[in-house]
Amino acid sequence: MKFPNINFDTLKNEGTSSVTPQERRKFLKLGLAVAGVYAGGKVLSLTSLVGTAHASGGANIVEKFPYNPHYSMVIRQSLCIDCEKCVEACNKTNHVPEYGYRTRILTKKYSGSLDKQVEFIPVLCNHCNDAPCVRACPTRATYKDPVTGIVRMDSKKCIGCKTCMLACPYDARYFSAERHAVDKCDFCWEERLSKGETQTGCSAACPTGARTFGNLTDPDNIVYKLVHQLEEQVWVLRPADDTKPNIFYMKGNMRSVDNILNEQKFKYYDPNKA
Amino acid sequence: MTGRMVNISKKWGFHGVEALKNASPLYKMTMAIFALLALAGAAVGLHGMITGYHHVYGVTREISWGLLISAYIFCVVTSTGLCIISSIGHVFGGEAYMPIAKRAVFMSIMFMFGGFCIIFFDIENPFRMAIWNVISPNFVSNMWWMGTLYGMYLVFMIIEYYFLLDQNHTLSRLMGFFGLVVGIAAHSNLGAVFGMLHGRPFWYGPYLPIYFIFSAAMSGGCAILFFTTLGWRINPEIMNQRMERAIKAITQVTIFLISVIIFFTIWKIITGMVSEGKHLVIMSFLTGDYAINFWVFEIFLGMVLPLYLLIRSRGNNFNLILWATGLMMIGIFFMRYDIVIPGQMESVYHSLGVEEAKDMLTYTPSFHEIMASLFGIGFIGLAYFAGEKMLNGHQLEKHEIVPDGGYICPGCGAIHFMEEGETEDDAMKRHHRIW
Repeated sequence: MKFPNINFDTLKNEGTSSVTPQERRKFLKLGLAVAGVYAGGKVLSLTSLVGTAHASGGANIVEKFPYNPHYSMVIRQSLCIDCEKCVEACNKTNHVPEYGYRTRILTKKYSGSLDKQVEFIPVLCNHCNDAPCVRACPTRATYKDPVTGIVRMDSKKCIGCKTCMLACPYDARYFSAERHAVDKCDFCWEERLSKGETQTGCSAACPTGARTFGNLTDPDNIVYKLVHQLEEQVWVLRPADDTKPNIFYMKGNMRSVDNILNEQKFKYYDPNKA
Repeated sequence: MTGRMVNISKKWGFHGVEALKNASPLYKMTMAIFALLALAGAAVGLHGMITGYHHVYGVTREISWGLLISAYIFCVVTSTGLCIISSIGHVFGGEAYMPIAKRAVFMSIMFMFGGFCIIFFDIENPFRMAIWNVISPNFVSNMWWMGTLYGMYLVFMIIEYYFLLDQNHTLSRLMGFFGLVVGIAAHSNLGAVFGMLHGRPFWYGPYLPIYFIFSAAMSGGCAILFFTTLGWRINPEIMNQRMERAIKAITQVTIFLISVIIFFTIWKIITGMVSEGKHLVIMSFLTGDYAINFWVFEIFLGMVLPLYLLIRSRGNNFNLILWATGLMMIGIFFMRYDIVIPGQMESVYHSLGVEEAKDMLTYTPSFHEIMASLFGIGFIGLAYFAGEKMLNGHQLEKHEIVPDGGYICPGCGAIHFMEEGETEDDAMKRHHRIW
């Protein structure tokens, strides 16, 4: 096979003037897409279609999320001080019996680290896009809300086989004798969101802003901003189970995150000092 | 149906309540113990249902399937196994296996009912199940398929048993075939109830559905040997040359199936030791909390001892077979327990390294759970002992009481009935035609 003999040294520079703006935009887009996949892809791909939506940018995102409003929570782990106000608020709002809980705060201890010895990790139902509990339920007593994506319970259909409790990789379910059904977090849909509130009981009660709740399809929303930044790592719990959870975790103590959010008013953010 | 007006007691071998009255005092006492066990179990179970299971059961939020599910699985595994082993004879035409069919199918049905008795006290709202399983089915849920397929299986087995009694071999064979297909589907699906929970690494994967089928066949072989040799102790007359041949054949197949399960268990342990998600559980089998369950009950009583004793028995020492399979039934129960409980021992947050999930979770069956399980076991025991007497040891009728119009089939040894104007030859062809 013969190769055409091109001498690059003698080729004339065509200049940038011959590249159309369309072509240039396409090239830049490609670069962004590649960077997006490498930098943020690990987490963003966990939400259906968010990877492609992120790379193509703009208004497409809203249409490409599976739900709208797509409720989601970002937990900024470093801000959690284990005051348990969220657990109290949850128990009170949702009438959770003494023997059960819908959310709890786990403690992780470190030794040998210089900055801190302990870390608190709030956990709750992850409202997975591919929820194992929804597949496991024999009577469709638990289901993905087709509008909001919240994993909800239709208590009257629950036969109490407890398969969903074992299917859940986040231990988010318990059997409530009062309801005669399995009970779980519903992002306070029944007690708050359906009555016009915008925050869940736990996120409203959180004094530090560790729990931030919002709509993932709204580019102005705090959870959207926290998830769609590349500077600080965002992760989910038990990613290997591939359930596409909607509870995102991050340390949340970096300046860069504050900068992105400087329009947003936080409880811990004092605009006078900034 | 012309020319077939035969006394049902003769044709079905049904000896009625009279047979129970004539039983020995010891026999009556044994039955009374099982009856009391079943009644006490039902009473305690109902008490638990009224007071609320979360007050009286040992199951928790994390370990939500306990002793009751283990006992349920023990029952349905044995039921499916009895169906599989008996089908070798009366569905696939293995001559040697034919004489055990009636007892095997009868016990298969009773084990299924026993399993349903037990799970009745595990499901929190069993009455809702009947409604919502029908009007709001989830076709991708293994649990839904489990209820549906086992329900169908039970129906097929009951119809099959009726035709077996009625000596309609064509239809019993057809129903037996459907029962087997649905039974295999139901049972491997039960394995998938566990095997498709991908948040539980100890269960997840295709291993359990496959293991459940082989394990069921082993349990079935064990159970039919146990119940037949026990029937022989009750009434030695049930043993004849054909039955001895059947026992020998089933002993051989059971030895083979125990070997298969040993092979399965070895690879479960070895592969589990290198898996991050399974390592802790496997180590608790080998050296931890479950070491006695595993080594003494599952391995020694469930596999090694019966393997040795069954080989020693050469298939014709019935006392030895009775002991081997009796101990094996206990071992098999622990095998089921060791699937259900350890799969939940490791908290889902263990890998996160948090304080709350550092230790393995523990579970101890409560009094109520033990009694509710005994409800099912008592029912099965009672049904067995009642069946041995009332159905005359599940025998095919003997020569001297061949009723009018009937004759001893030279092929299968059972009594066949001739239609009007039919020769023996035609009748045999009719009885043994496949479709």
